[in-house]
Amino acid sequence: MTVIIKDTPFNPYQDLQEYEETKLTKNNAIGASNIFIGTMRDFNEGDHVKLMSLEHYPGMTEKQLNKIIAAANQQWALIDILIIHRVGDILPNEPIVLVSAWSSHRGDAFDACRFIMENLKSKAPFWKKERLINEQERWVISNTKGYLTTKNY
Amino acid sequence: MSIKIRYFASLKDYIGHSEDEIIYEKALTVSEVWQQATQNKIKPQNTLVAVNMDYVSWDELVNDSDEVAFFPPVTGG
Repeated sequence: MTVIIKDTPFNPYQDLQEYEETKLTKNNAIGASNIFIGTMRDFNEGDHVKLMSLEHYPGMTEKQLNKIIAAANQQWALIDILIIHRVGDILPNEPIVLVSAWSSHRGDAFDACRFIMENLKSKAPFWKKERLINEQERWVISNTKGYLTTKNY
Repeated sequence: MSIKIRYFASLKDYIGHSEDEIIYEKALTVSEVWQQATQNKIKPQNTLVAVNMDYVSWDELVNDSDEVAFFPPVTGG
């Protein structure tokens, strides 16, 4: 179970490959890997966004993410979890977050990954400030909704 | 006894600085910490509070050397 906060751009596919090769290759119980990657889009609330600055609360970020992982471990049978999250200045199309859940079965991997991501969105102390194309800066007030329907998957 | 106070994101802009320290004689709730540290500034709606990096309610009591943090709703991911 690993939490990494990065202040420089990262390649989630490369990091994932390295993590699997160094930590998971000998684990033959893995039957499902569920991966979520969040990237920066260049629009929000009808405006063109050219840059985003991500602030966080060092220490509390890691503490909260580890609590979320612990809660996921209590609910699902998980083999490993990796969370990587960017801070600092981020450009459109750059990755912001990677959440990966490894399990023996897809149900645990899918559901835990979703749970971790939604909890990260509401509990991990990160804040986004957007810079628009006209150089105006503004804080993002709230995240978009995660679950689009009330359907129970 | 003293406690350290930290402000983040839009709340840091609103307060005008990122840290405060207050000295007090009696036990305070985080709500009273806000009042003392900000000199009764109006608390923006939805402000969140953490003590020693865990979320708490506004009636939580703080102890000597605690770190209290005030911030707006989080928007990571």
